[in-house]
Amino acid sequence: MEALTPNTIPRSGQDTAKAPKRKRKRGFWSTVLQQKYLYLMSLPFVIWVFVFSYLPLWGWTMAFQNYKPARSFSEQKWVGFKYFQELFQDDRFYLVLRNTLAMSFMGLILGFVVPIFFAILLNELRGMFFKRFVQTVSYLPHFVSWVVVAGIITKMLSIDGGAVNQILMALHLTDEPIQFMAKGSWFWYIVTGSDVWKETGWNTIIYLAAITGIDPELYEASRVDGASRWRQMWHITLPGIRSTISVLLIMSIGHLISIGFEKQFLLGNNLVTDYSEVLDLYALNYGLNMGRFSYGTAIGIFNSVVSIILLFTANGIFKKVTKESIM
Amino acid sequence: MPNKAFNATRSDKIFDICNIIFMAIVLIVTLYPFLNVLAISLNDSIDTVRGGITIWPRAFTFENYKTIFAYDTLLQGLKISILRTIVGAVLGLLSASMLAYTLSRPDFQARKFVSTFLAMTMYFSGGLIPGYILMRDLNLIGTFWVYVLPGLVSAFNVFIVRSFIDGLPYALQESAKLDGANDFTVYWRIILPLCKPVLATIALFLAVGQWNSWFDTYLYNGSNATWTTLQYELMKVLQSTQQGGGAINANDMAKQMAQISPESIKMAITIVVTVPILIVYPFLQKYFVSGMTLGAVKS
Repeated sequence: MEALTPNTIPRSGQDTAKAPKRKRKRGFWSTVLQQKYLYLMSLPFVIWVFVFSYLPLWGWTMAFQNYKPARSFSEQKWVGFKYFQELFQDDRFYLVLRNTLAMSFMGLILGFVVPIFFAILLNELRGMFFKRFVQTVSYLPHFVSWVVVAGIITKMLSIDGGAVNQILMALHLTDEPIQFMAKGSWFWYIVTGSDVWKETGWNTIIYLAAITGIDPELYEASRVDGASRWRQMWHITLPGIRSTISVLLIMSIGHLISIGFEKQFLLGNNLVTDYSEVLDLYALNYGLNMGRFSYGTAIGIFNSVVSIILLFTANGIFKKVTKESIM
Repeated sequence: MPNKAFNATRSDKIFDICNIIFMAIVLIVTLYPFLNVLAISLNDSIDTVRGGITIWPRAFTFENYKTIFAYDTLLQGLKISILRTIVGAVLGLLSASMLAYTLSRPDFQARKFVSTFLAMTMYFSGGLIPGYILMRDLNLIGTFWVYVLPGLVSAFNVFIVRSFIDGLPYALQESAKLDGANDFTVYWRIILPLCKPVLATIALFLAVGQWNSWFDTYLYNGSNATWTTLQYELMKVLQSTQQGGGAINANDMAKQMAQISPESIKMAITIVVTVPILIVYPFLQKYFVSGMTLGAVKS
């Protein structure tokens, strides 16, 4: 999706070729004047984007200063990499980094494999009505807020009357209810599971669209050759959506470390902080809430830099392997 | 479909049956929690404590809803949530479609610049604290506008609309131009009406995003009851009684409600928060599916 950068959109040749040529004869300002409405319609938003997306980058300087809110920029004291050193010497930082990486890798693998699997199985459903119904229902959790989902998950996993514990007890898999939400060792699985529950249906949309693009004759031919449904899925459907899969994989690797913190914030509690705290949450708790703006910004910068490195590495590997690029 | 079943073997049939069973389990796993929440919200709060409510209320009542709607904070939150949803969606639609139109014009001088400038924002963000400092410097903290203004222009939405406009015949614009229409008129009279399907998709994304967000309220308006939102109030009620603690700024309302009967109240608010989305989204499904696909197929 994010590959919709300017160069990827094919233009209808005629217009593109003629229009700029006609304009080139005029001067810069007369073109501006002539296109004044186009400028009026876009420039305000460009300024907007500059203020709300680019200006915060200026705030990164805070990480290198002993930032005090009351002082103006020129009065701030520069401290170099002091806060980064502090960060890298903090044991809590490594714990938080471990949590972030653990949950992002688990999320990456499951959030990537499960939708493919689900899309392929959906595609194999024969009743059109049933298929549409399953699709509609599976998109539903995507539209519900994390606040609600966290509430629902907490309820389903609760020790008094939670559905999961009741099923486990009915099957005699456990004698007494498991305290899922109170044990740190469960936390990563709960977060990953909630994510799969919420987003799997939604993430199938793109795969299903890609599957529609596969030539139906391939299936016909393989059926004549006596291929079973499993073989068709493995040899036709999966290879047919290979390029979609790899683009989405690279994109999710780029977002690996910026997993957000909503889930962890909402599902976590005091008993599991050693497992639930992720980088953003750490920046919130130890930076913003304690008024240590510089330290919090340093955490944020570390987060962004790691994301960008991951994105470029993933894209680089992808380019080598397939000779394509998504950026 | 007959043509598919012309040589259905036994293993194919077993596969189909397993697949249907699997999908049925998926349906149950997805729907049960919602039905359970609904049933509890409609069940007498004292009866609920006995446990065992599944998908049908045992002692039917609307009392829980009456209780929560008697709280001013919640009503205020509902009002603000609706307001931010409408304002956010309308402004977001206008900005995305206007920008998308200018970017779709091959002759627009600044096209490349604007497009790159916008695309860059998809790959980085300033982060939590610089964002907070910016809002503070712009005096947006403690106002309603902090919900709407920061996310007004979304590069992703602009590019979705643009690829839709690119698919429209250019001749339409040319002929309007010959009739003496200016660029804004072309956008307003010709492009906007034709973009209805893609605008419906974007409107859904924007509205759901606005309706569901709670963190901006927590961060910028946490102690400001005037601009509280429904999601934030729900978050407070849920967190204040969650096992293991974790109460965050639980105000009086949250505490009071928790004392009455945490379970029923929580579930009733959850339903109030969820229902608007459940009502709207099946109708818009065909739009958002095509919108998502529009973005994906290009890449």
